[in-house]
Amino acid sequence: MNTLLLHISKNEWKSLLRGKWVVGYGLIFLLLTDSLLRFGGGGPEALLSLSNVMLLFIPLVGMIYGILYIYQSREFVELLLTQPIDRKVLYWGLFIGISTPLMLAFVLGSLLPLGWHGILMVDSAASAMVLGLGAVLTLIFVSLGFLFGLAFYDDRIKGFGFTIVVWLFLAILYDGLVLMLVFTFGQYPLERFVIAVSMLNPIDLARIMVMLEFDVSALMGYTGAVFNRFFGSGLGTIAASSMLTLWLAIPTWIGLRVFNKKDF
Amino acid sequence: MIEINDLKKSFGNLEVLKGMNLAIPKGQATGIVGPNGAGKTTLIKTILGLVKPDSGTIRVNDITLNGNWQYRRDIGYMPQVARYPENMKVFELLEFIKGLRKQEALFEDELIEQFNLGPELEKFLRTLSGGNRQKVGATLAMMFNPGLLFFDEPTAGLDPKASQKFKQRVKNEKENGKTVIITSHIMSELEQLVDYVIFILDGNIRYYGSMKNLLTESNEERLEGAIASMMDVA
Repeated sequence: MNTLLLHISKNEWKSLLRGKWVVGYGLIFLLLTDSLLRFGGGGPEALLSLSNVMLLFIPLVGMIYGILYIYQSREFVELLLTQPIDRKVLYWGLFIGISTPLMLAFVLGSLLPLGWHGILMVDSAASAMVLGLGAVLTLIFVSLGFLFGLAFYDDRIKGFGFTIVVWLFLAILYDGLVLMLVFTFGQYPLERFVIAVSMLNPIDLARIMVMLEFDVSALMGYTGAVFNRFFGSGLGTIAASSMLTLWLAIPTWIGLRVFNKKDF
Repeated sequence: MIEINDLKKSFGNLEVLKGMNLAIPKGQATGIVGPNGAGKTTLIKTILGLVKPDSGTIRVNDITLNGNWQYRRDIGYMPQVARYPENMKVFELLEFIKGLRKQEALFEDELIEQFNLGPELEKFLRTLSGGNRQKVGATLAMMFNPGLLFFDEPTAGLDPKASQKFKQRVKNEKENGKTVIITSHIMSELEQLVDYVIFILDGNIRYYGSMKNLLTESNEERLEGAIASMMDVA
């Protein structure tokens, strides 16, 4: 069963590497990280800038990539489903096959410049945190893209529209909306509410973890600041990372259920 | 063999299969005909496990379908639209499916020769013509020597020569005792390939019997006329 999964994943890897644009995606992060380190001051500042870019773009690229795969490979997936293999194995094989190259492109693209500028040795914990968060976000958003592709299987325009709206909401509008709520209901004790709300957004969670690592609450939005005050650094990181794990587990699990029950 | 009992399937408000009963014995060559949207493809997809029925049972080779997959070891399916990953070469696709099925590809070389796919093997699938892609689909369906063969509009994109070769191949499979199921809108083709006809209309089976019977009953000489007159009655 596992060899079968690997067989499916390997096929996607080969196909993606040939497509070359995953390599291009990695190169963008390579150039970005390198120039941030060259021109942007010291290691922590560069890492912080990198994580800001990452928090914005990885979710978008991941989701578009996941949904595009479902739409482009429709007939092929249907052909594979008529073969004597378990749908679950096929789902995991495809998911791992398409999400890991994207993840690796980001990790390698950012890791190499961090290595040759010597940051990896100096700020190793912070570097590992940023790279790890980017990797997890990639997996989360590819799985969301997969899920949206399956949910809007016959209506691509709706699927893409929904994806863009979800991205705008999570990556851009969310923190502003929370801030607005806090301003409106400023007289009430809102700390717990804000924490609960930030748990519901994986991008926010990742942002909070970056913030806790670099201790720069002022730069990282309102929810982050509250989070820091409430949990402190250690517990906050644990709480945020366990929530991120849930964010990875739940969409992939729902995706598996949808895939398993779907009429193709 | 295939046994279907009171099979129902709706997509939203649309009832596509309205309680179908069907038994196709081993070794029979059957054509499925009916107007567009009658439920032909849905029926085949349900047997293949692509579509999950709302109610009713399907048994393939005495295995009741319940989301299991092992029964598909004995099934070969050639889809109506053959689209494959663009960045894959033909031989890579064949290797990939072989690795998935883990069955001996008994007829691989024979089919490649018959369909003249040898010069195409090193090409990327995106550069293949529609007809050649269909041939790849036919090769994938038949190369593992399955007992049950499904062809969905098989000759739609094939040139006359390839179409002739395909038909010859299907006839051979039939003679070797395979169960063959074909959907097609080309009645003359079905006349050559199948002995039994299933006529589906609005999610129900309107006629299921031998081709000869159908022609005698409807006083027609050709299948086309017989089917057309059944559509008129309906």
